[in-house]
Amino acid sequence: MALDSSKTTGFKYVGTRPNRPDGLDKVTGRAKFGADAYAPGMLHAAIKRSPHAHARIIKIDTSKALAMEGVKAVVTRADFATGLEGEFGDILENVMAGEKALYDGHAVAAVAATSALIARDAIKAIEVDYEILPHVTDVDAAMQAGAPVIRAGAADASVPEGLHPNVVRYYESGHGDVEAGFAEADLVVEDHFVTEATHQGYIEPHACLGTLGSDGKGELWCCTQGHWYVQKVCAACLGLETSQLRVTASEIGGGFGGKTTVFIEPVALALSRKANRPVKLVMTRSEVFRASGPTSSTSMDVKIGMKKDGTITAAQGTFRLQGGAFPGAPCEMTAMCAFAPYDLKHVHQVGYDVMSNRPKQAAYRAPGSPMAAFAVESVIDELCGQLGLDPIDTRLKNASREGTRASFGPTWPRIGLVETLEAVKAHPHYVAPLKKGQGRGISCGFWFNHGGETAVSLALSEDGSAQVAVGTPDIGGSRASMALMAAEVLGIPYEDIRVTIADTATLGYNEISHGSRVTYASGLATIKAAEDAVQKLCGRAAAKWGIPEDAVYWEDGYAKPSGPNAGDFEPLHIDEITATMGATGGPICGHFEATPEGAGVSFAAHIVDAEVDPDTGKTSVVRYTVVQDAGKAIHPTYVEGQFQGGAAQGIGWALNEEYIYGADGRLQNAGFLDYRIPVASDLPMIDTVIVEVPNPGHPFGVRGVGETSICPPLAAIANAVSNAVGVRMRQLPMRPSRVLEALESAADG
Amino acid sequence: MVDVALWSGLRPLVGGRDSVAVEGGTVGEILDALRRDYPALGPTLDAGVSVVVDGRVIATSLTEPVQPDSEVVLMMRLKGG
Amino acid sequence: MSKTHVTTKVNGDEVEFLCDPRETLLDVLRDRLHLTGAKEGCGTGDCGACSVTVDGRLVCSCLMLGVEAEGKEIGTVEGIAEGETLHPLQQKFIEYAALQCGICTPGILVATKALLEKNPDPTESEVRYWLAGNLCRCTGYDKIIRAVMDTAAEMREAS
Repeated sequence: MALDSSKTTGFKYVGTRPNRPDGLDKVTGRAKFGADAYAPGMLHAAIKRSPHAHARIIKIDTSKALAMEGVKAVVTRADFATGLEGEFGDILENVMAGEKALYDGHAVAAVAATSALIARDAIKAIEVDYEILPHVTDVDAAMQAGAPVIRAGAADASVPEGLHPNVVRYYESGHGDVEAGFAEADLVVEDHFVTEATHQGYIEPHACLGTLGSDGKGELWCCTQGHWYVQKVCAACLGLETSQLRVTASEIGGGFGGKTTVFIEPVALALSRKANRPVKLVMTRSEVFRASGPTSSTSMDVKIGMKKDGTITAAQGTFRLQGGAFPGAPCEMTAMCAFAPYDLKHVHQVGYDVMSNRPKQAAYRAPGSPMAAFAVESVIDELCGQLGLDPIDTRLKNASREGTRASFGPTWPRIGLVETLEAVKAHPHYVAPLKKGQGRGISCGFWFNHGGETAVSLALSEDGSAQVAVGTPDIGGSRASMALMAAEVLGIPYEDIRVTIADTATLGYNEISHGSRVTYASGLATIKAAEDAVQKLCGRAAAKWGIPEDAVYWEDGYAKPSGPNAGDFEPLHIDEITATMGATGGPICGHFEATPEGAGVSFAAHIVDAEVDPDTGKTSVVRYTVVQDAGKAIHPTYVEGQFQGGAAQGIGWALNEEYIYGADGRLQNAGFLDYRIPVASDLPMIDTVIVEVPNPGHPFGVRGVGETSICPPLAAIANAVSNAVGVRMRQLPMRPSRVLEALESAADG
Repeated sequence: MVDVALWSGLRPLVGGRDSVAVEGGTVGEILDALRRDYPALGPTLDAGVSVVVDGRVIATSLTEPVQPDSEVVLMMRLKGG
Repeated sequence: MSKTHVTTKVNGDEVEFLCDPRETLLDVLRDRLHLTGAKEGCGTGDCGACSVTVDGRLVCSCLMLGVEAEGKEIGTVEGIAEGETLHPLQQKFIEYAALQCGICTPGILVATKALLEKNPDPTESEVRYWLAGNLCRCTGYDKIIRAVMDTAAEMREAS
């Protein structure tokens, strides 16, 4: 009989808040991040990048660089695999340009030298002849007839005829008859919204240390959200057998989606193969901005009809996403998330994935969803305002719930939006008085969450403690969560469990730490691996007692006979079984490998009070409350941390952060001085409320929480600012100059 | 036969229908049947889809069971950050 | 290129090194002395991940040259604990979960320690403005500020 430890209440360890296992290393400077690795004989690398937004590469002359003292290897595209197509082909093209440089910052060559200073001097000595081509960086301009074509033939079969070749993917879904729905409405609001590209802004630049021999065997250390994926991509880019490259994930200094792909690792490995020495490659901050993966910028149209009683009669949205010089902007996610919070009879959504001469966009926390929420929740706020309706009651009236049909097709299983909205309504913040010049905004947000390929192994030691190997890099305290779940099943203290992020040679394939999947999927696998070990512990006890295995059960760290019929035996503690395991059948380990498909979606609603300085147009966020369904909070402190972090990133996106391109197609603010993320003095404390509507797809009810928290802030803050200044804010970021313009237009109007 | 609901962008590929009926007892069998009976869907299926079975989003696993009365909806494959 | 000989003190220990005149103090700490606690987040003094003290003053080590360390006393995150006893700030940062990824933590600890030595009783606003040069992208600063305020209160009580 398979052991099943599923439960949603009565926990001993789950739901407590112990100190994280990597805490000491991280407060003493001992934790080793991507750039903290060194190897004997190591070389330092640097990358030569295109200064042009779009240019044909006529010739690359590396002779002067190669002749420099201390330079050991130079690589260009010729040093990588040929014939790659699809996803890997695009990644290689992005890692090292082929015939054309497609954006300002696109890599064209790289150098390895005995010091970082020599490597940096050497890339200046590489001479590249370019034929400059016309470029486009704006999403609407890139769709217009006559816009420069980034890559002919890049569009897939989904794109209807007659669209510009830069439109490379198309998504359309919905149900009902929106025109009939709009005809039923008492008020229809239609508006155009624009958001700029933002960057995940992880503080740790991409970094790696690679060694690759002419025998095709390699070692790679890097900061990544998914080292098995890095292994696969690097093997393809360099023509290696995947298993011959062992990849170890360093501690990761933030990712937020930006480290789910590959930018520099194949370059370090190619240089190492050529120089036959270990090569370290670390991006500068400017390179991170210019040549890693920011979000899409968007241009969106949303139209919603509402009755006087608040019933939404129809909703329609068109979402155009600029994804850089490659296909992949998450236009379908934007479209599917847009109206997900609402139960709609008539709904229609369209998404366009549009290429431009910008870096290849990468995932950023709920990729595509925050922008959609900005447009949709702004229109709902406008409708509520004009009809004199309460924004929470209106959302509750239309809320998606179990059994209603989702805007993207299927019927919802158990979801927690209603509970989340009711928690907002009950929160003191929602009814607190506002001061003059302040406005309040609320917004819903939604993200799907994900399962994915997962492998975990758990080994017991002779003293009854346990070591757990998981394959998902710990980006926010997940080792603590894994240890809590293992402790719950094994019935041993949290402190007796050590969780390690295993390298690619140690476990089966693990999908990237993305899609808010880690606590869900690696957590589920950890529980199952612990159950597997418990099963074996019970077997050893049964053998000792001479009774059938299924007459033994496990409770609180002890094997016990399951009733009077099983016999009268003293319970055996885990350490009594493990102490003799070598002599009773060998080491006791548990493992689990699967692709769990029970991820539970997560809804959130945020309340924001914003104050606008009428003289400068500067917005201050004065109070902020996050309410979100976590399913079950394994370690509530780290769930709060995810809520707060997502809100803070959303505040930056709403108020300050944007990629600014000049007419020359060059990025003008590739640094933290001019790309300003929120600093401590910009923010208030961020209150959190954890709602727990268990996910039936996880033994303890876990839903992913990491991404949904960035979905509501853009709209919630825009609604707060709009309500403070009396003008609808339709474009992000709401930097002071833009708010001043709005104030002036209101005064004129 | 299982009814598979299609997102509206796919409907022109199957003669304007919003769903098609195919044989299959698992997600994998459903996808194979779609590929066989409606070759025009091939490129979309190759690009990656998730299959929602009774409200559960199946992103990867082809072995997930599907009942004849299951609600089955095709969705573009999910990505996360 | 000729290198310069530098003698300095790091966390109380005398050290000597040769460095290129273009190398920053951060380069020297990390690549020559292998004290990798200070991190390079930007290289332009905007993120504070490389914060150290030089003769007791808080600086971004990426904005100072290695050769300028001659005769100075440098303090890094590696020198904050005394033996196996953590500094109260380190202890509180663990207890409050005032870190997620932890890349900004060394700089923030060095900076807040410098603050509390100057001002043992800071207001929340003073802490927020003092730390405005130390970027954290994970936490929204909430738990960091709470950890610092509580440490300050506890250190005042203890003294």
